[in-house]
Amino acid sequence: MPPAAKGQRVALFVTCLVDLFRPSVGFAAVKLIEQAGFTVEVPEAQTCCGQPAYNSGDRADTQAIARHTIQAFEGYDYIVVPSGSCGGMLHCHYPELLAEDPKWAARAVAFAARTYELTQFLVEVAKIKIDAAFPARVTYHDSCSSLREMGVKTQPRDLLGQVKGVQISELAETEACCGFGGTFCVKFPDISNSMVERKTADIVASGADTLLAGDLGCLMNIAGKLKRQGSTVKVRHVAEVLAGMTDDAAIGEAE
Amino acid sequence: MFVPNSNAFPEKSSNAIADPQLQEALGLLRVQSIPNRLKAVDKLPEFEALRDRARDLKDHILGHLDQYLLQFEEQVKLSGGEVHWCSDAESARQTILRLCREAGAKTVTKGKTMIGEEISINDFLSENGIEPVETDLGEYIIQLRKETPSHIIGPAIHVTKRQVEQTFREHHTDLEPARSLEDPNALMAEARAKLRDRYFEADVGITGANFFIAETGSTVIVTNEGNGDLTQTLPKMHIALTSIEKVVPTLDDAMTLLRVLPRSATGQELSVYVTFSTGPRRQTDPDGPKAFHVVLLDNGRSGYLGGPMQEMLRCIRCGACMDHCPVYHAVGGHAYGWVYPGPIGSILTPALVGVENAKHLPHASSLCGRCESVCPVRIPIPKLLRHWREEEFTRGITPAVQRSGLGLWAWFAKHPALYRFAARWGTRLLRLIADGRGSVSVLPLAGGWTKHRDFPAPQGKTFHDQWRAQRSTGGAK
Repeated sequence: MPPAAKGQRVALFVTCLVDLFRPSVGFAAVKLIEQAGFTVEVPEAQTCCGQPAYNSGDRADTQAIARHTIQAFEGYDYIVVPSGSCGGMLHCHYPELLAEDPKWAARAVAFAARTYELTQFLVEVAKIKIDAAFPARVTYHDSCSSLREMGVKTQPRDLLGQVKGVQISELAETEACCGFGGTFCVKFPDISNSMVERKTADIVASGADTLLAGDLGCLMNIAGKLKRQGSTVKVRHVAEVLAGMTDDAAIGEAE
Repeated sequence: MFVPNSNAFPEKSSNAIADPQLQEALGLLRVQSIPNRLKAVDKLPEFEALRDRARDLKDHILGHLDQYLLQFEEQVKLSGGEVHWCSDAESARQTILRLCREAGAKTVTKGKTMIGEEISINDFLSENGIEPVETDLGEYIIQLRKETPSHIIGPAIHVTKRQVEQTFREHHTDLEPARSLEDPNALMAEARAKLRDRYFEADVGITGANFFIAETGSTVIVTNEGNGDLTQTLPKMHIALTSIEKVVPTLDDAMTLLRVLPRSATGQELSVYVTFSTGPRRQTDPDGPKAFHVVLLDNGRSGYLGGPMQEMLRCIRCGACMDHCPVYHAVGGHAYGWVYPGPIGSILTPALVGVENAKHLPHASSLCGRCESVCPVRIPIPKLLRHWREEEFTRGITPAVQRSGLGLWAWFAKHPALYRFAARWGTRLLRLIADGRGSVSVLPLAGGWTKHRDFPAPQGKTFHDQWRAQRSTGGAK
């Protein structure tokens, strides 16, 4: 346990998708953060980060949700999010949304400064040593928000490099969106499909047997497409591999 | 007339995806333009710093636009030319028609100009008995095909080589039908030969201007084919048609933008030609037009100065945003329904034709941000797309079903206990539907998702329920 971490409290922002569809990602995140010597808590009052409202143009509701979330997470040393897009929402967009609110602007900035995407936290703050094995050829999908809003690119790869047995085989166009985009994928199903088809073609071409990423939205989109195409490539959140919690069925697979 | 048809985006985009020829043409764009830009950028270590400079320069210009435009006009007058201020498309069309009539024009050659598309100048001149002849190869191809540009740099990017060959055979009927047009160079040579005579017939040459310079009164065009030079030098009148935000204070400033423009647009360090035009032919000049006119179009742009959308006016029309856009890669440019496609089009079109007439465009993005990451003047495109989404929501353009759905969801998001309750029952319901399967291929109310992909089922109870159960019993972590 790194001494600096002793007694420091981390609040986990679970995210809606992890809560609903893939609790194992939340438990993997808890295990990793505790392994690095932090105390993990899950604030009861948390709900959603507000992206559906924000990206639909409902600014007033988004601001109300932002205030609610900031309040729920005050008093912790760090806020850690196992998703780049929810992380980006908290870290980049909350300060912008509340910039003109004299009561909340400074709180939003302080909140944002304590907020990290999971792999970013594990590398930059926790400086964790990974103790896991996963004998597989994997490829990694950079989610757009992780990459461009949170600056996450090397962190998951550094961590995966410590997992025994993992071989990383990179995608042809790692910077291309998978076509999820929240409500985008149901508003424009054909465009979204064209995007995810290109992504799954790249995944299959990489020769990997497992696709990993840090965002459940992208993962569900990609897993759903691979499943429809009858592919045998397995899909998992990177936290599950890092925490050595890969006994559960992969995303979209039956138990 | 280029009537905005952007509200047909959902149908047009689906049709575009189902069009194999278009998909073949678009495939090339993705594999060529992205690596080309990257190579050019990698060779210039200060490229990121140059993007900052270009952004700051454009911000400065937009903050002092009146001053630089007036200075430009002064300099154009001093060099013997004339500036025409046009507040809208109609006034620009009338101005150009009047100038063409003054020159007694029957034929007008044209360099590439997106402002020309914005004011539908070709159709207007034709209706008034003046023949416009496009001289840019891509523009020439689509003029023959009676199409509009689908990309601001490569107007015929949607056309395959085979289709070009077919078009040329249909139109160039005086040429040997058995000639070989396999080689792209043969197509180019044929177009060049066809156009050569037209330059000499033309009475007026209309070009765009990538920039125009306040301190010298010059207009600047950035081209690769040399057609722009012939268009503006040979006829007796040159009309440069451009929009107000393209002014730069000095020659040095033009060089700043010229260092980022071709690299972002085509991956070239510099385009083959960069042509500066200052006034009409002087007595000592060996060639050049007798008259030099600059038509400056506003068309609603000045209304966005000083407001939340001002950053869109930084655009220098390089096309990098569409070259890197996964939505543009999927649907091409015509689906966007007006002059400017791709990410920049999705913010400019609502601004210039009204957001109610382009209501889908701000939503036709996964907000992946790749456009912003390559924009040479760092336009925050996702932020500006969200601005239009907010405007649509505030003005009630967002459909009522979506508004009430969002309202209900937001209400739950603000009430954690009820949110938890809804999540618990939602998960149970989905598990019930999945009935032991890992994912489902049909799901009520989720047709948009399941049309093309399966829907992964929830693992079990929600995280929060499991967490609470574990912590209250002191169970395993």
